[in-house]
Amino acid sequence: MRRRRLVPLLFLTPALLLLVIFVLFPVVNTVYLSLLNQEGEFTGLSNYAELFGRENFWNPQYLLEGKPPPYGALIHNGVWILIHLPLSLFFGLLLAVLLREVKGGAIIKSAIFLGMVIPLIVGGMLLRFIYDERAGIVNAFLRLVGLGDLAITWTAFPQTVLFALILGTVWIWTGFAMIVYSAGLEGIPVELFEAAKIDGASRWQAFRHITIPMLRPSTIIVVTMTILWELKIFDMVWIVQQGGPGGASMVMAVLMYLEAFLYIPSNFGTASAIATLLTVMTFGFAAYMVYLMVKS
Amino acid sequence: MKHMVARLKKVKRFTILTHVLGWAVSLIWIIPFLGIFMASIRPLPEILNGWWNFETFNPTLRGYIDAWNHPTAPLSGALLNSLIVTIPATFIPIFIAALGAYAFARFRFPTRDLLFFAIVLLQTIPQQMVIIPIFNLVIRVGLWNNYIGLILVHTAFALPWQILFLRNFFSTLPVEVEEAALIDGASYFKIFYKIVLPLTLPALASLTALQFVWVWNDFFFALVLISSPELRVTTQAIAVMKGRLFIDWPVITAASIIGMIMPIAIYVALQRYYVRGIVAGAVKG
Repeated sequence: MRRRRLVPLLFLTPALLLLVIFVLFPVVNTVYLSLLNQEGEFTGLSNYAELFGRENFWNPQYLLEGKPPPYGALIHNGVWILIHLPLSLFFGLLLAVLLREVKGGAIIKSAIFLGMVIPLIVGGMLLRFIYDERAGIVNAFLRLVGLGDLAITWTAFPQTVLFALILGTVWIWTGFAMIVYSAGLEGIPVELFEAAKIDGASRWQAFRHITIPMLRPSTIIVVTMTILWELKIFDMVWIVQQGGPGGASMVMAVLMYLEAFLYIPSNFGTASAIATLLTVMTFGFAAYMVYLMVKS
Repeated sequence: MKHMVARLKKVKRFTILTHVLGWAVSLIWIIPFLGIFMASIRPLPEILNGWWNFETFNPTLRGYIDAWNHPTAPLSGALLNSLIVTIPATFIPIFIAALGAYAFARFRFPTRDLLFFAIVLLQTIPQQMVIIPIFNLVIRVGLWNNYIGLILVHTAFALPWQILFLRNFFSTLPVEVEEAALIDGASYFKIFYKIVLPLTLPALASLTALQFVWVWNDFFFALVLISSPELRVTTQAIAVMKGRLFIDWPVITAASIIGMIMPIAIYVALQRYYVRGIVAGAVKG
């Protein structure tokens, strides 16, 4: 009997050990560091208060006055969610529904999903390339439709860099929403549509009243994961402009890295405060989504 | 009859519309990939003139050769480094997670559910939340700028979602065989190794595909934990190659293509398992 009690412990020890050393302890330590100043003295929440007084973290003034970015990292992440999430859901669902009916749809889906497979560093390079003033296909398209005057390197200017990157992530990440929705569509019983058809429902009515509600679990997964990525985005922003120009594409993860590892002197307190806020947000969203999932 | 024809026409129009729309949207998605491929095999002036223009077309492998032998970030070394990190950082966590998940699926012990819930929660922790203490720790124990440190961090970070995924999988396996083996006197570890793991192969394939691609594609952990030029992994090398002002497109696009061959190959080879894992929610945040 004693032996039986030891067995699960033996199976669990390697995992628990690694999790405590490399995840749990660091999390607690980061929270602690966020309460210290540069000299290592305990200063309570002053790092957090100071963050909200900084233009590269919190600058709603420009937004309210209708000026171009920088609005600060926190707001940029929020803008990212507001623009990217609906577009990603829309295109993901559209492609999942469309490509089901299209010959060769499976191959097209695999190609679209490539954005989820390639390194995000490469994804960022791809974005930089398609937005290039001379080599980029975006500007070629603008010239084709007679808007050649607008041709610029879209990632090089504060007015456009944030929105160019956000639209770019739609292109890169939509494959995820598409694949999850595709799987969800497969799970809807065909009888439902047949019954609706007999009752005289139109294609649109069937879509609105059967497909959408039945896809609710898929939507919850897509929304959760996408929001987490939007909050934590780093690689693509880093490779394109490192948060620039002039902080116009600064996001929380990039600012955290700059504060901790690039700026001299490094500022672990501020960086830890950013990381902690980021974690509180991801936790909040994830918990809310789990709650929705359990409820339905 | 007339009604039937009208209806058929309507169905046909719908089919044509979906096909045109489907292929058009797909084209938008695929063009950038075509673009970097064309850029990777053409000289810089032709790229700046638009890779879609073919008035002059002098294909060259200059980009690939220069990326391979890059003076500060040669891909020849970076690819090997990525493999040295990725292979152990793929298989070690899967084995450790399988052990842990088995304990959660098959044994009753105090605080089991609480512990499991706590581990699942760790899944959403961002890399930024752990990196400063990890950085301090690996420096103190001499594992900074050392692959062992990077592999350990990747391993720990993979455990929560892999334990969740595998516990769910183990719960679907019938216990009778394991119980019979126990009565026959097999040890718990032997049962795990000889009976359970072989039945788990499809789930292990999903985990292998996802974890391999995740580690190969990672940039953030490598950026902080590896600093010597000769130790840089592929993602770091690509980032170094992109100059701040001047961008040598043939080199950087060739490097991008080389850097994505491996994850794409894994995805193509294990597509079924890859997608199954993604849909089951086994995605890293």
